[in-house]
Amino acid sequence: MTLPLIVRRSLRQHAFSTTITALSIALAGGLLMSVWVVKEQSQKTFTQVNTGFDAVLGARGSKLQLVLNAIFDLEASPGNVSAADYQYIKHHPAVKMAIPIAVGDNLRGYRIVGTIPELFTDVEYAPGKHFSLASGKLFDPSAKEAVIGSFAARKLKLSVGDTFHPFHGLVYDAGSQHADTYIVTGVLSPSNTPADKVVWIPIHGLQTMSGHDPRAATDVSAVLVQLRSPSAGFMLDIMYNKQGNRLTFAYPIGAIMAELFQKIGWFDKVLALVAYLVALVSAAGVLVAIYNSMASRRRDIAILRALGAGRFFLFSAIVLEAMVIGAIGMVLAFGAYAAIVSSVAVIIQSQTGVLLETFTYSPVMVWAPLGMVGLCALSGLLPAWKAYRTDVAENLAPIS
Amino acid sequence: MPEVSPLLRLSGLKKSFPVPDGGRRMIIDVPAFSLAAGEHMALRGESGSGKTTFLNLIAGILAPDAGSIDVAGGNMAALSEAKRDRLRASSIGYIFQTFNLLQGYSCLENVMLGMTFGGRADRGQALALLERVGLSHRLGHSPRQLSSGQQQRVAVARALAKRPKLVLADEPTGNLDHRNAREALKLIRDTCLETGAALLLVSHDPEVLGTFQNVRDFAELNLSLKEAAP
Repeated sequence: MTLPLIVRRSLRQHAFSTTITALSIALAGGLLMSVWVVKEQSQKTFTQVNTGFDAVLGARGSKLQLVLNAIFDLEASPGNVSAADYQYIKHHPAVKMAIPIAVGDNLRGYRIVGTIPELFTDVEYAPGKHFSLASGKLFDPSAKEAVIGSFAARKLKLSVGDTFHPFHGLVYDAGSQHADTYIVTGVLSPSNTPADKVVWIPIHGLQTMSGHDPRAATDVSAVLVQLRSPSAGFMLDIMYNKQGNRLTFAYPIGAIMAELFQKIGWFDKVLALVAYLVALVSAAGVLVAIYNSMASRRRDIAILRALGAGRFFLFSAIVLEAMVIGAIGMVLAFGAYAAIVSSVAVIIQSQTGVLLETFTYSPVMVWAPLGMVGLCALSGLLPAWKAYRTDVAENLAPIS
Repeated sequence: MPEVSPLLRLSGLKKSFPVPDGGRRMIIDVPAFSLAAGEHMALRGESGSGKTTFLNLIAGILAPDAGSIDVAGGNMAALSEAKRDRLRASSIGYIFQTFNLLQGYSCLENVMLGMTFGGRADRGQALALLERVGLSHRLGHSPRQLSSGQQQRVAVARALAKRPKLVLADEPTGNLDHRNAREALKLIRDTCLETGAALLLVSHDPEVLGTFQNVRDFAELNLSLKEAAP
């Protein structure tokens, strides 16, 4: 009972520095957990997101670029796939389904993708999940109609019945507006996939948009492929990538994304290092806060010693105080974590359409608090040693 | 009739401190001193004569250079620091001139802390003693909310709450006005009588010393003062 009482009173007596130090630990701990969870969840989510397809067929080039363009609606298309190539893979016995997409236009920065209605009716973008409409109906493949992803609809403030003119290119340029007018016929329900930030129109519309090259009117940008079996993927991989030289078959999508994370692994390490350093600095803050208050504590320590408190007891009280500051900080760190990951998740969703599951359990939520409290205990050792060495007689002045 | 062994017995007690010229100055050189259980004694001495050092040695706060300090069955001079802490916590109550109350704690907590380290934390006894010193209405107050006289009363309660065998009082009235000094002194002596504790009080105040039958001159006791005298 005495040790907690002494720690509690000491924290109260130094309430200001305790609060500031605990807040700095909260920020450091929040940052550390956020970096870890965002890294973990990004890798997990982006290597699992395939919007229901096993592979992508596109023009000769980088597999990663192809996946980023066709699956994540990022990056530019490496080139076109001819109608004949699309028809070939569509009817290949190893292929269960082939959905063509065409890109090249945007609506105020949001990508316009041309496709066929089967993408919405036949494809499970995740096991057991089909795209669904929050309002309206799917576009007519032969009409100038559009279905808007939920995130894009919200940001573009578009709803069923609204009309718009597409802009040429993937980057918004107010001066490159197409003459064609499209009407919104439906808005998709949120799927937390890249589809949410896309303006979907019939593929024929994009191919024949005013100002586009009429010679490429039957080409597609890529073909999203569902295979009948995994072995079919390896067979097509050999056929397109090793034996052919015109097209690229990106398979399997998850492995290609994992390669991306491997390539940018150093960036994760830098982020983690920064977070560790911040944690270290805030633990040093505990040391400084307690150490600087030792002058004002010396008399109390001497009195407690005179009352019979042993050196090790007071040493333990200081270490425990540092640990309690760390523990308070780490409780608050969960609030900081929630704020940081919520912001990061919003940014990632706005850039990719993918919503990270940031509030799920991660081991970092156990080891980071324990580690931080341990680090604070280490930080408390120096001031505790000073308490241990306090000269009782000298600090019980005056002397008669 | 068998001889009763004293509660406190010192022999050959010496303590010196380093001085700026590199040597050491002898502060305490007490060949022999004793105090019986329940005995009240006052030590007369001027400021700077080493009285506090003497009490700190008895309390085990300082370790002597030589000699033995037998207190309540233990030799403070021969014990490890941890054991000295325990002996002090269990058997010695210490009252200071500046009260030395813990400002961040309530009156009751100050008194309870005085008992805790001796392993006899008894809230009921702490409350009774605070009532005895007339502070039962100030239990939750911080020392800084009390007058000097009240603070010294808390300090007395703290020193006596654990029912020590020996109470050391170092100029306990030095910071009090005349009326409060008289009251504090009476309180110390009365409560020591009630609990049966021996009292060793040091003071240079003739009025305080005049209340004791047993007064010894610290200068007579401490040979280092005689050697230093011209």
